[in-house]
Amino acid sequence: MAAAAAPVPAPEPGRAPPAKATPVPTPATLTYWEGTRAGELRLQRCGGCGRARFYPRPACPHCGSVEFAWFKASGRGRLHSYIINHLPPPGFEADVPYVVAAVELEEGPRMMANLVDVAPVPEALALDMALEVRFVPRGQQMLPVFRPARGAAA
Amino acid sequence: MSRAPIAIAGAAETELGALPQLSEMDLRLDAAQRALADAGLAMADVDGITSAVDSPIDVAHYLGVTPRWYDGTSVGGCSFLVHVRHAAAAIQAGLCSTVLVLHGQSGRSRVGASPRTVAPQSMKGQFETPYGVLAPPTLFTLPVMRYLKDSGHTERDLAEAVVAQSHWAEGNPRASRGRRLTADEVLASPMIAYPFRKLMCCVVTDGGGALVLTSAERARDLRNARRPVYLLGAGEACDSPLVSQMHDMASSKAFRLSSRDAFAESGLKQADIDHLMIYDAFAHLPLYGLEDLGFVGRGEAGAFIAEGHTRPGGRLPLNTSGGGILYTHTGMYGMFAILEAVRQLRGEAFRQVDGVRTSLVQGVGGYFIAAATLILSNQQP
Repeated sequence: MAAAAAPVPAPEPGRAPPAKATPVPTPATLTYWEGTRAGELRLQRCGGCGRARFYPRPACPHCGSVEFAWFKASGRGRLHSYIINHLPPPGFEADVPYVVAAVELEEGPRMMANLVDVAPVPEALALDMALEVRFVPRGQQMLPVFRPARGAAA
Repeated sequence: MSRAPIAIAGAAETELGALPQLSEMDLRLDAAQRALADAGLAMADVDGITSAVDSPIDVAHYLGVTPRWYDGTSVGGCSFLVHVRHAAAAIQAGLCSTVLVLHGQSGRSRVGASPRTVAPQSMKGQFETPYGVLAPPTLFTLPVMRYLKDSGHTERDLAEAVVAQSHWAEGNPRASRGRRLTADEVLASPMIAYPFRKLMCCVVTDGGGALVLTSAERARDLRNARRPVYLLGAGEACDSPLVSQMHDMASSKAFRLSSRDAFAESGLKQADIDHLMIYDAFAHLPLYGLEDLGFVGRGEAGAFIAEGHTRPGGRLPLNTSGGGILYTHTGMYGMFAILEAVRQLRGEAFRQVDGVRTSLVQGVGGYFIAAATLILSNQQP
């Protein structure tokens, strides 16, 4: 059977290339995004069970308590899992290949982030390697990403 | 099961591949007409309808049906397994008698397909999409490095899962990739998202399928009375909507929970299952599935597959159409996994397994977000 490829629309002349996806805060996440602009990775700690959580939300997913406090996380974590992406969405074409990681934070929760300052090859990406946060601009926001921790074995 | 038994009285698949002449609604209509003809019923007999993504109201109106019951549960590719479970409960409760479970998707040609977007205020839009992940091969794959390390598997085990399925798909004119493969060939195919290569990822096709569900008692008076397929048990479950927040990256919580409920309802155990379909959008899913459903121990799936136990002649035939990776995958594959189980239980599969009495279908939705399990049999419960 002949494969009819879906028609790809040509870019309109004079139109800027697609922008990278940019987060838009909601009331429950605003403190997190204000934190990244201040150079801080902010998490919520539950007032009921004491567990840190991610992503930000008003009630604890572990115990249901609505009591919580924001705190500045250490910014340290470990490489829990990753892919090296060769299939970019619009806006990321110039970056391939790049690393998308699941980072296990020192405080317990896991978050997605890109890895920077490291070669996007499996030999440079040992699972459980120590990582540290930094922040890169994305639209109106600052986006947390991670790099190998200084002084840590790659 | 104390409730009145439910049967699949009709089942059919549309043409597969590139079908730019058919919209997603047209594919549903085509599938519905084929499944009703298979059951010996007409559209006027239908009083229940299900649909994923598009509203069941849109679908019912397009087909000319006024249902007494409908379900629009849309949780990705396992939605159709969930619909079967819900429809069975609705029939048993007397809410309706004859349900069309419908799928039609223009995954390749994108005719009448909804655009794939993520709202920038959603949790995915805030905490995942900004990191350059959108297409399924870049999200479904994220947990696998953790799985490989914790379970002692390698990239070659992913390749061997595809090789085993190629023994089933080989020569099937309906399969998108109907050729026997070697592990070296799979490992040499282009990189998509390390460690996943092109031949570890599903094909992208157009197609549809439909099931007609009714009571087993009524099915005995219909066209397929002599080749019935009964629902013995079912389960549905969920994990995190964000793959980065999956409960355990080395094991699917949703697989474990949905299969546990299906086994409990059916009264069967793993050793009672003759035939197995595990939703394989990507090559790691058969490995997770074999372990999370309890067919093998933790860390044993790769060797089990490589030793040939899931191939033709093996003791646990798995993904006998070739699966989503080799047979067909429109974006939501679950209907095609159910349809292969029905073909095997009716004795009409392209590569038929001898003596199949029971089949388990394990579905997944999103990126480990949701799961559903069906246990089917050609023996009356």
